[in-house]
Amino acid sequence: MKLRVEGLTFAYEQKKILDNLDFSVEEGAFVSILGPSGSGKSTILKLLTGVLKPEKGEILVDGQKIGGLSSQFAYMPQNDLLFPWKTILDNVCLYGEIHGSLKEMRREAREHLAEFGLAGYEDCYPSQLSGGMRQRAAFLRTALCRADILLLDEPFGALDVITRGEMQDWLLNMRKKLNRTVVLVTHDMDEAIYLSDRILILNQSPARIVDEIAIEERQRNREWLYGQGAMRREIYGRIMDYVDIK
Amino acid sequence: MKKYIPRLAPVLLILILLLIWQAGVELFHVPLYVLPSPLQVIRALAEELPTLISHGGVTVAEALVGMAISLVLAVFLGIVMDCFPLVRQGLYPVLVVTQTVPMIVMAPILIIYMGFGAAPKILTVVLMCFFPVAVSFSDGLAQVDEEYVNLVRSYGAGRIQAYRLVKIPASVPPLLSGLKVAATYSISGAVVGEWIGATQGLGYYLLRVKNSYMLDRVFACVAVIILLSLGMNGLIRLYQYQAFPYMRRKANAQRF
Ligand SMILES: Nc1ncnc2c1ncn2[C@@H]1O[C@H](COP(=O)(O)OP(=O)(O)OP(=O)(O)O)[C@@H](O)[C@H]1O
Ligand SMILES: [Mg+2]
Repeated sequence: MKLRVEGLTFAYEQKKILDNLDFSVEEGAFVSILGPSGSGKSTILKLLTGVLKPEKGEILVDGQKIGGLSSQFAYMPQNDLLFPWKTILDNVCLYGEIHGSLKEMRREAREHLAEFGLAGYEDCYPSQLSGGMRQRAAFLRTALCRADILLLDEPFGALDVITRGEMQDWLLNMRKKLNRTVVLVTHDMDEAIYLSDRILILNQSPARIVDEIAIEERQRNREWLYGQGAMRREIYGRIMDYVDIK
Repeated sequence: MKKYIPRLAPVLLILILLLIWQAGVELFHVPLYVLPSPLQVIRALAEELPTLISHGGVTVAEALVGMAISLVLAVFLGIVMDCFPLVRQGLYPVLVVTQTVPMIVMAPILIIYMGFGAAPKILTVVLMCFFPVAVSFSDGLAQVDEEYVNLVRSYGAGRIQAYRLVKIPASVPPLLSGLKVAATYSISGAVVGEWIGATQGLGYYLLRVKNSYMLDRVFACVAVIILLSLGMNGLIRLYQYQAFPYMRRKANAQRF
């Protein structure tokens, strides 16, 4: 589905975080929001899901205005936030439990465990899994939501470089299978270049989209990524243009 | 073998102390009404076992009922305080103040109001057990990571579902810690209630044998109270182990 955000404005108490934010995401696209730490990336996703209320502005999905908590989005928060008291299978089926379709979702989840690298771990607790497996479980939980737009908040932020790379490769593969609109929030430039069709560059306090970079490449791999020096320089320059040197 | 040594250490220490005690009593011919020897206590325990069991049963029943009431009240009040911060701000200090009133003063007053039946004893247990359970559960609720609540809310859960899915299960570990403390107190609570006025129970038995200067039986009864208190604590641990397998590893790391 197509997502459009118009004039989104938000403040925590006195501190203005977002000022008149505009952007849109085409149906089926993978769009990254890239910005420095503390710029308000997580805040944008929380506003989209309705966990926070905007001061001003509109969120439109397929032209329909949505307000408050919305079922259009599947939200994956910054930490994996798996429930320590639930088994992996039950964690992954959270959406089904909330909407009274736990049984069917369990069946569906079992079919996907293998491709998420979780086969055989359905009865384990999150504390028995590695960080990368927990992230994949959190991702499967998000993917099982009956929602057309995935909102991923630094899904691999808490991982070491190697696991992070593996997870990015894995997500690149999953993209085709998922076949959904994705908004990914990250502060990792390579991650954004590697995975997305378009990168929105966010500047700091209050945040606005200062630039967009489209990436056409269809055949992506690590080699391709390492050759993107010019793009990295450009993005870095755009971010630095707006960072005040105090 | 090495890993058993820390566990055996307290047992060994107690055995040594008992030996010194036994030797001291025999050496100085201490009379029974001053201090019985461990062997005399064991003998009294064996002789009085049927009586102690029947009185113990009464005390355990009062303790269990008191615990159950404390648990229900604490969970209910914990949720109310969490829903309405104003209630929490008003009630929390009052709860703390109630804990500063000595139980030995409260118990006779309760008997004046409620008579000599089981009710004032159960209430004594509740007054002693409710606080640790309520405080640990309510602090647990207050410390739940808001992000979990946001997550289930974004998945379409309502406020009540958020309690069922996140807040209450997340507060189970602190609740169980509170219950362990309360369980250990519960037998003493019932005994205090019985001590003030009763016709059965370990507290009643204790008072009777104390007044007859049968100190061996007093000590035997105290031993039973200790065992029962540890047993109550063990019961909660067993329940935790059985019902919450995800906490098992943590339980190993932190043993009390
Ligand atoms: N609950 C809150 N109350 C007040 N201020 C907050 C709160 N949450 C976030 N902020 C502020 O809002 C700003 C944006 O926060 P946000 O979490 O959206 O940043 P972010 O871009 O996601 O950062 P990161 O990359 O570190 O996750 C930060 O400056 C932060 O200090
Ligand atoms: Mg963030």
